Amino acid sequence: MEMMKTAFLGKNKNRSICVGVVILAYIIIELLMFTGSLKSLFINLLVPVTSYIIVALALNLVVGVSGELSLGHAGFMSIGAFTGVIVSSVTSTMITNDILRLFVAIIAGAIVAAVFGFLISIPVLKLQGDYLAIVTLAFGQIIKSLINNTFLGYDASGFHFSFITNNVKLSTGGKMLINGPIGATATDRISTFTVSVIVLIIVLFIIFNFINSKYGRGVMATRDDRIAAQSVGIDVVKTKTIAFVLSAGIAGAAGVLYGLNFSTLVPAKFDFNQSILILVYVVLGGLGNMLGTIISTSLLVLLPELLRFLADYRMLIYSVVLISIMIITNNPTINKTIKKIFKKNKAEGDLNNG
Amino acid sequence: MDFLSYLITGLGLGSVYAIIALGYTMVYGIAKMLNFAHGDVIMIGAYAAFFIAGNFNMPAIVAILVSVFVCTLLGVLIERLAYKPLREASSLSVLITAIGVSYFLQNAAQILWGTDTKIFPTLFDFDNISLFGGKLQISLLTILTIVVCIIIMIVLTMFINKTKIGKAMRACSEDKPTAQLMGINVNTTISVTFAIGSGLAAIASVLLCSTYPAVNPTLGSMPGIKAFTAAVFGGIGSIPGAFIGGLLLGILETLSKAYISSQMSDAIVFLVLIIVLLIKPTGLLGKKVSEKV
Repeated sequence: MEMMKTAFLGKNKNRSICVGVVILAYIIIELLMFTGSLKSLFINLLVPVTSYIIVALALNLVVGVSGELSLGHAGFMSIGAFTGVIVSSVTSTMITNDILRLFVAIIAGAIVAAVFGFLISIPVLKLQGDYLAIVTLAFGQIIKSLINNTFLGYDASGFHFSFITNNVKLSTGGKMLINGPIGATATDRISTFTVSVIVLIIVLFIIFNFINSKYGRGVMATRDDRIAAQSVGIDVVKTKTIAFVLSAGIAGAAGVLYGLNFSTLVPAKFDFNQSILILVYVVLGGLGNMLGTIISTSLLVLLPELLRFLADYRMLIYSVVLISIMIITNNPTINKTIKKIFKKNKAEGDLNNG
Repeated sequence: MDFLSYLITGLGLGSVYAIIALGYTMVYGIAKMLNFAHGDVIMIGAYAAFFIAGNFNMPAIVAILVSVFVCTLLGVLIERLAYKPLREASSLSVLITAIGVSYFLQNAAQILWGTDTKIFPTLFDFDNISLFGGKLQISLLTILTIVVCIIIMIVLTMFINKTKIGKAMRACSEDKPTAQLMGINVNTTISVTFAIGSGLAAIASVLLCSTYPAVNPTLGSMPGIKAFTAAVFGGIGSIPGAFIGGLLLGILETLSKAYISSQMSDAIVFLVLIIVLLIKPTGLLGKKVSEKV
């Protein structure tokens, strides 16, 4: 009982730290913006960085907490983004308040992405290991192809849809919502940094509450030992499905924030490389470590911008940094030294070692 | 007649996938890692052949040999520098490192050769064969690709089953610590595996670029993903599986391009993959590993 209590407090502490760091960062950034000492380049990056943090947290729920490799999370982001764009365009006359419309779009995007998450979780969670990863990869590719070939317009008489070839004919005043490979154009840019941060905090609460719930514990038990978990009566498939659907929904919400931050959005943006990039944020931040994800995502999204002075060499340096971090963090001698320094904190770090 | 012609084109494309898939499957079988940089080794191989054939007016065979040499060296180098320090690390760390290597190669190629697409020189000046009074046109290059793939398969299977290094490779894929106890040098064996896989990637790159003569720094990405899919399709770790998976994928892609929709062919290929994995969760020829309690 005593042990459970400390473990519970420990996890609550993690949540408080995460939320605290986010709020602190938000205040600092707002102050910097107020005093005008932030470059416009960074101001433009604020919403994308926050959306990437949210989608990386979602992926960490699958890869870190649930222990399954997903290579298709950009697909959920894509579904969310385009749903968000559609909802925002269609409701623009009904809901005139931008913030309210953004929240409606986020909820819609999250629900649609979660539905797709549920559909894909049926085949995905029957498989294990790399086979599961390849199905999520395939899913991401299918979503990209589908949206790339979707032509959807909206006018006074309702929606007009065609597939592969553009047969959509709109009456005057109609608007093309998804224009095949060109994607969404002339989108209202209603995403704001403040709303993104609010969503991020809500997501943090959802994720930590899930981790501490019956299902969260079940999913972690399954990750550590599937057979032992089954033998104590945990419904392995059900718990994993819940984690996966939750993650898909959160990724969808992140997609909405991202999609409504740009006036144009092409479906090819959310390709395999994008999924991989999100995975890099998660692994670098530490599996199951939400604070780590927040920090690593912020750094890695900003790194290429900070390396801009290297011009053509920046992505080369970026990749070298990536490889070096992996080799250094996995070096046994260095790990031992770090462990010695942080020995005292080890007891609390029960989530950190994935 | 159209169907037959599509089928042969599909077999040609499938042969290229199969050769690339061999690299994925062998490395997976032995090092238990998904080498995401494999596609970019293909790209480097294509640039090497492009460079030699374009600048020095050498015969095709020299370009191919140089390309094979460069890729083999690159494969061993990547393994030694990036993957070997991570032998004990989690598979995800190795995966991310492979992604890092992939970025590195793509960006290095961008700096060396620029981002623009270059036209691959014609290495094989073949005519088409006409059959059935000109109703069926088959490119000799396609035939060559299929033949090369079959030869590679036979030689590789013999190499793995008959030679001492082949035996060592099989032992390492079963159980590395035990193999080491039996006096097998695991590091050398892994290096040899990377060398073979990368050498094959070079051959695949020349065949691929002779059929689709465009060279750019991201050239390897899509064939890489497709070949990886083919390897999983056939059962990752299995060499005949890579062969069958590659051929099936190539045929499936070509036929769906021809009869259904060229834009949707990728989606169809991946949908079939999901269905196959649902029916046979470890791929067509994959081994069913029973869980130990």
